Amino acid sequence: MSGHETYQPQNAFMKWMERRLPIAGLIYSSFIVYPTPRNLNYWWTFGGILTFMLAVQIVTGIVLAMHYTPHVDFAFNSVELIMRDVNYGWLLRYVHANGAAMFFLAAYIHMFRGMYYGSYKEPREILWILGVILLLLMIATGFMGYVLPWGQMSFWAATVITNLFSAIPGVGEAIVTWLWGGYAVGNPTLQRFYSLHYLLPFVIAGVVVLHIWALHVVGQNNPTGIDPKSERDTVSFTPYATIKDAFMLVCFCIVYAWFVFYMPNYLGHADNYIPANPAVTPMHIVPEWYYLPFYAILRAIPNKLMGVAALGASIAILAFLPWLDTSRVRSANYRPLYKQVFWIFVAVCIGLGWLGAKPAEGGYVIAARILTFYYFFHFLVILPVLGWVERTKPLPNSISESILTPARSGSGTGTVT
Amino acid sequence: MLRSILAAVLAVSLAGAAAAQEHADHSTPQPPRQKWSFAGPFGKYDRAQIQRGFQVYKEVCSTCHGLNLLSFRHLSGLGYSDAQVTQIASDWLFKVQDGPNDQGEMFERAARPADRFPQPWPNENAARVRYNAVPPDMSVIAKARTYERGLPWFIIDIFTQFQEQGVDYITALMTGYEDKPPAGVTLPQGLMYNKYFPGGAIAMPSPLTDGRVTYSDGSPQTVAQYSKDVSAFLMWAAEPHMETRKRIGFQVMVFLIIFAGLMYFTKKRVWSAVH
Repeated sequence: MSGHETYQPQNAFMKWMERRLPIAGLIYSSFIVYPTPRNLNYWWTFGGILTFMLAVQIVTGIVLAMHYTPHVDFAFNSVELIMRDVNYGWLLRYVHANGAAMFFLAAYIHMFRGMYYGSYKEPREILWILGVILLLLMIATGFMGYVLPWGQMSFWAATVITNLFSAIPGVGEAIVTWLWGGYAVGNPTLQRFYSLHYLLPFVIAGVVVLHIWALHVVGQNNPTGIDPKSERDTVSFTPYATIKDAFMLVCFCIVYAWFVFYMPNYLGHADNYIPANPAVTPMHIVPEWYYLPFYAILRAIPNKLMGVAALGASIAILAFLPWLDTSRVRSANYRPLYKQVFWIFVAVCIGLGWLGAKPAEGGYVIAARILTFYYFFHFLVILPVLGWVERTKPLPNSISESILTPARSGSGTGTVT
Repeated sequence: MLRSILAAVLAVSLAGAAAAQEHADHSTPQPPRQKWSFAGPFGKYDRAQIQRGFQVYKEVCSTCHGLNLLSFRHLSGLGYSDAQVTQIASDWLFKVQDGPNDQGEMFERAARPADRFPQPWPNENAARVRYNAVPPDMSVIAKARTYERGLPWFIIDIFTQFQEQGVDYITALMTGYEDKPPAGVTLPQGLMYNKYFPGGAIAMPSPLTDGRVTYSDGSPQTVAQYSKDVSAFLMWAAEPHMETRKRIGFQVMVFLIIFAGLMYFTKKRVWSAVH
């Protein structure tokens, strides 16, 4: 195993370069010899997938921006022009639109993995909080991107979501007018959303750098949740993690391509092929699937201000997860009760997503209220209490022991030093 | 005023309209499933069918419904030659507004292949006066109409690649007219009853009758056939690159699956050193 040796430039140019800007050394230490726990499973490959998705979105987005016109009179038609007359424009647009969905899919898997294995716990709090910030930025970027085609759902989603700010007492109305750049969702709104939709992905890229930096300071968590203790517990990033990440990325691309080439409009809403019309409200205003759980929480609460507060809190509470979970054991593999609670929580999130697509009436509202209550109950009551009362299973002495013990019977104590 | 509009927008969007739709859904039957040549991963348009569908559009629909995202030149995708496209454009029922000419005046001229399909009416208000509603543009209507599939179908659809709700709906709508609305439904003045139209009251009178369009290829000249043909044409109009998309999609899939297999074995080989 290559261990932690530092980069030794071989030729004269690289030696010259390394004394002035040690970028090759940085890459070498971060992505080649960087030690990664040897027991990482495939749930750990979604960070790489997310980086890939961000790159795909930025590249396709830049080309789409060359053909798109951010004006209420032309936006819809310019998107259709891309679909019909730009060479492979249909491909660019479908890759970009479905890419947003795949980006969120990967992000949610990545987050649930962090929750299952306690990846937010000491010393990874900042790493986790940066992730929550990334989620917020993604939500904002995705929402503004959805407005750009200026279909019916674009327009009405923009109207509904910007109106949420009007719930803020006193200054709400003024904030909404300021957001719109006028007294209704209109051309100034579309243009600023376009501008911000172009800007925010680069902010995301910046925060991703911080996220990876923080990761490389504290190191990766792993399925046992215990820290690597020796070189036997780790493998070098390249080739071990890179090949594993690459394999899973290709598998992920199969799912992605399935949607892009065979079901490009499945994840969208038919109404968004109707040009925006402020005079006609669609029968259903539904956000994209990746916002549905939050939308369900918003609508579950009858008071508008409280609904908006709950929506904000449902995301903000994630940032406090490192302190809400009081258990000192990271991985759910050694927390029998938490393991069950985790899967209930996953089911609740999916249930909220389903309810978010349903009309806010009758039994759906009652169900959404119960699940919303549970969502917060999970964070505010279950996690703190569980940490105190749960009897956890004994942890292995080391990562390598956790792998090797089942194979080599009888090596009871840690033989690795 | 503003406050009340905003309040209304929220109220309507978040609850009222949703509830109304739910009620409409319960009384609206699901459009029957049709067989489409373009469905599935290897689907292709039936050139004869979409040409017939275009004929139906040209002779029936186009008097009221625009196709303003398409140009005549796009019709070569239906399998027409350049000469045929030029002929179709110059014979089109509506002329193209052009100008100003050297005298500074606007004038009308016959369409050319590079022109967009001319609008059948001068503006929306004129259309509303003439037709009691604004006839929707048909360029992307096959993607702009759908119906709710419900659980578990919306999950199964991912695997079966079913995405022909729009064309099924249009076909059903063409054949869903009934002379008398069912008991308990009162139609507003001047509206027709169509059981597949959400809410049932539609401004468009039944557009098709048996024998209205004369086919040259011997296909049955029935409302059922017209409906299917025009729906297939509208699918092509909404998604002209579908065949290319599915063809490239298959190549991409084959590539990715082989690539994934190679990556898997490479991964196994690399990791065999540490396992």
